[in-house]
Amino acid sequence: MSTGSVEVIYRGIYQKTLAKNICRGVVFAARKEGKIGIAFGRYSDSPERNGIPAKQFAVVADEQEELEEYLSRYEPDNNDVTIACDDTLCKGVESWAWYGLQPINKLLGENGTLLVTSTQSPNKLINFIHRKASPYDLALVRSEASFSGLWVYKDDHTDVRLLGALAKVAPHMFSIDSMLAAIKEQFKDDLKVTSAKKSYDDTEAQPVSTEQGNEEVPYSFELPGWKEMEEGIVIRGMDMSKGGTGKDGSYVPVRNEVFKKFSTRTMRPVINFETCTKCTLCWLNCPDTCFDVTADGLYDANMEACCGCGVCEAVCPVKECVTMVNEEAFDDNDSQWAMWTKDKDGYGKWLAEKIANQPARSHGFHHIGQYEEDIANDSA
Amino acid sequence: MTPPKAATAETLDGGAPVGGTEELISGSEAVAHAVRLADVDVLTAYPIRPYDTVMQYVSKLIADGEFDCEFIVAESEHSQFEIVKHASTVGARVFVGSSGVGWLYAFEALAVTAGLRVPMVAMVGNRALDDPGAFGVEHNDALAVRDLGWMLCWVATAQEALDTALIAYRVAEDPRVSLPCALSCDGAFLTHSQSIVNVPDQATVDSFLPPYDRKEKLLHPDNPITIAPQANEDWVMEIRKQSDAGMRRARDVITEAYDDFGAKFGREDEPFIERYMMEDAEIALVGMGTLAMPVKVAVRKMREQGQKVGFVRVRWFRPFPVEELQDALGGVAAVGVIDRDYGLGSAFYGGVLAGDLRTALYPLEDRPKVVSFIAGLGGREINTDNVITIAGMVSDAAEGGTTDDQDTYWIGVRE
Repeated sequence: MSTGSVEVIYRGIYQKTLAKNICRGVVFAARKEGKIGIAFGRYSDSPERNGIPAKQFAVVADEQEELEEYLSRYEPDNNDVTIACDDTLCKGVESWAWYGLQPINKLLGENGTLLVTSTQSPNKLINFIHRKASPYDLALVRSEASFSGLWVYKDDHTDVRLLGALAKVAPHMFSIDSMLAAIKEQFKDDLKVTSAKKSYDDTEAQPVSTEQGNEEVPYSFELPGWKEMEEGIVIRGMDMSKGGTGKDGSYVPVRNEVFKKFSTRTMRPVINFETCTKCTLCWLNCPDTCFDVTADGLYDANMEACCGCGVCEAVCPVKECVTMVNEEAFDDNDSQWAMWTKDKDGYGKWLAEKIANQPARSHGFHHIGQYEEDIANDSA
Repeated sequence: MTPPKAATAETLDGGAPVGGTEELISGSEAVAHAVRLADVDVLTAYPIRPYDTVMQYVSKLIADGEFDCEFIVAESEHSQFEIVKHASTVGARVFVGSSGVGWLYAFEALAVTAGLRVPMVAMVGNRALDDPGAFGVEHNDALAVRDLGWMLCWVATAQEALDTALIAYRVAEDPRVSLPCALSCDGAFLTHSQSIVNVPDQATVDSFLPPYDRKEKLLHPDNPITIAPQANEDWVMEIRKQSDAGMRRARDVITEAYDDFGAKFGREDEPFIERYMMEDAEIALVGMGTLAMPVKVAVRKMREQGQKVGFVRVRWFRPFPVEELQDALGGVAAVGVIDRDYGLGSAFYGGVLAGDLRTALYPLEDRPKVVSFIAGLGGREINTDNVITIAGMVSDAAEGGTTDDQDTYWIGVRE
C-alpha cells in the first residue's frame, strides 16, 4: 500500500497536544523513507472543549497526487489505524460535528488496527466497542489515559509509546527504525527512543471478528434540510411540561433524544442513597439537568444525560455520598436508584467496590506545583 | 423627484385620502418623523456625523412629548447594533443607524444580523471612510454589507427618505422576508438639506404598517427558544440558504408595499428604480442617491440640445433589480454608471454599482456597453458640467469612439 492513514481520537483540550505529537510523528517517520505526508485536525480546534471527543489525522503517501486523493475527503475513512487515546472512548463518540453516537471503529478499514491506551483487559474493551461488519485487530498500549494537553503537557511518553506501537501494527507505513530515527530527531531524547522501542517490542495485536463486540445499534440523527430548519437560527426548547411521571411524586425532565453527549464523560457519579439527605444541591447545580427525582425524593443521575463534570460531587455536603468514579468501571448506563431499590445490600457492595477500585484519573492539575508533586510521587 | 404634496387633508387624483402636515425639514428630520410614525420601541444612538442629526431630531420629538421610546445611548456603534438586535428578538420594533467608519465599527453585529433574521431598520448617513476626518458622502460604507443579507436602498429626497423608511419597516418585518434593511441617505446633501415634506398622519401610517409581530420567534419565557447557538459547517450553509430565500422573496414584498403605499398615501413610485426621460433614450446614465438632481438638470439641458439622454436612479441595491434594469436599459446603446463609491482592484477598476449592473445586463443578447465613472467621492460636488462630460463619453462609446468600456473614468479629480 502506498498510502496510509491514521486516525487519532482523543479527549478535547486535555489530549490535544498528545494527538498532535502522534500525527506529526507519523509524518516524520514516513519522511525518513522518502514519503510525504500531512497531519491535520478535524473537529479539533474551537469549539473543542474539555473532554469532548475530537480527532486528528495523519496521512502519508509516495506521491503528491495520492496524498491529495486522500485529502479530498473531509474525514479520511478506511484508516489503517485508529488510535483511541482514552479507553473510555471505546464506548463510542459523540463530538460536536457528529450526530448520534459514532462507534470508535467506524472509520477503521478492513483488517486495520484499533490501538488503545488502556489498563483494561482486551475482552473488556471489546465488550464496549460496537460490532463491525469487517474484522479488525485490537492492540493495547498499557497505560492510563494520558492528559498531555493543550495547557500543560505532561510528558509521560504516551506519544512515543503509541508511535512505537504504530510501527508494529502498520509496518507498511514505516519501519521501526525510521520511527526511532524520527523520534530521536524530533525530541532529542534517548529515553523517549527507548520508550518507543519497548512499546514496539511489547505490542501485540489480537483479531476481533465480526461476531464480537457490543451489539447495540448506536443512536443516530439525520440533519434537516434548509426548508425544514427553523429560520433565524432558532432552536426550540424542550417542552418541560411534558416531563415527569407526576402521580407518584417522581420527576424525569424531558431530554433531547438525539443529542445525549455522554461520550464526553470520563468519570461518572455513583450515589450512596443511604446517606443522601435530599438537600437537592446536586439536582440544582447539575448543568445538564441529569438528575431524575425519584418517588421517594432521592436524586438519580441519568447516565444518558451526564457529561461527568463532577459538579454534583463538589457541591454534595455529605462525605462520600456522591463519588466520581472512572467511566471504564461501568458496562451500562442503567439507573443506580433502580438497582438500589431492587437489592439494597447488593447495591451497597457494588458501590463499595466501585469506589474502592476507583482508578486515578486527572483532568489536568488542581493547583500550581501539582505536576512536580505527581512526578515526585511517580518516582517514589 | 416627487413634488411635495399639499399641507392639509385632501383627495388626490388617485382618490386616496391624504392627511398630514407640510414641514420644512431635512432628510434626517424626515427619517426621525418616520421613526415616530412607525412607533419604534427601542432606538440606540451613538454620535457620528452625519447620522447623528437623526439622534438630535428624535431626542427633540421625545423631549417635546410627541414620541415615546426607549432611547439608549450606547458606548459604541458595536453595542448600538447589538442592543437593537437583541431588543428586536423580544418583540421591539427598533431603529438604529450610523455613518462611515461608525457603521464599520459595528461590522461584527451587522454581519450576523441577517442570518438571525432580525428585521432592524438602520439609517446610514453615507460618509467617507474617514481618511482623517473626512465626512463627505461616499457610498462605500453601506455597500460594505452588500453581500451579507442586508436590504439596501438609496433615496434622493427628504420625502422619499420618510416614505422609504416606512416601507422599509413593512418589508423587513414581513415574515416572508425578515431581513434587516439599511436606508442610505447621502451625507450633507440629504441629511442636512431642508425641503418641503408631507409628513403623513398617524392613521394613514397605521393602515399601511402593521404592528411588529415575531410570532413563534418571539424570545419570551412563555415561548422557550434559543436564538443563535453555536453554528458550524454542519449548519451554516443551510442558514445562508434561508437568508438567500428571504432575499429572493423580498422582491414581491417590496412591490406589494409600494403598491399599497401608493394607494394609501397617493404618492406612486416605481418600487426599485426611478426612470427619468428614458422613453426614447439612446444612451442612459445610472446612479444612486442625491446625484440624481445634477444629473436630471444636465439631462434636461442635453435634451434641449437634441441629445436623447435618459437617467435611471437605482433605489434598491439589494435585492438588485435585475429585471427592471434589463427592461429600462436593454434598448439603449450605452450606459454610463456614475458611482459615488470605488471598487479598487475590482474588474476594470470600476465602481460597485457598475460591476453589478454589467452582470445584470450580460445575459441580454443585445446588451449595451457599460462605462464606469467614479465621481463625487468624499462629498465632492458632481455638477452638471461633469454630467455632460460623462454623457459625451458615453455617446462616444456608443459610437465606437475612444471611450473604453473596459476602463473606468474618474470625473472631477485633479490631474
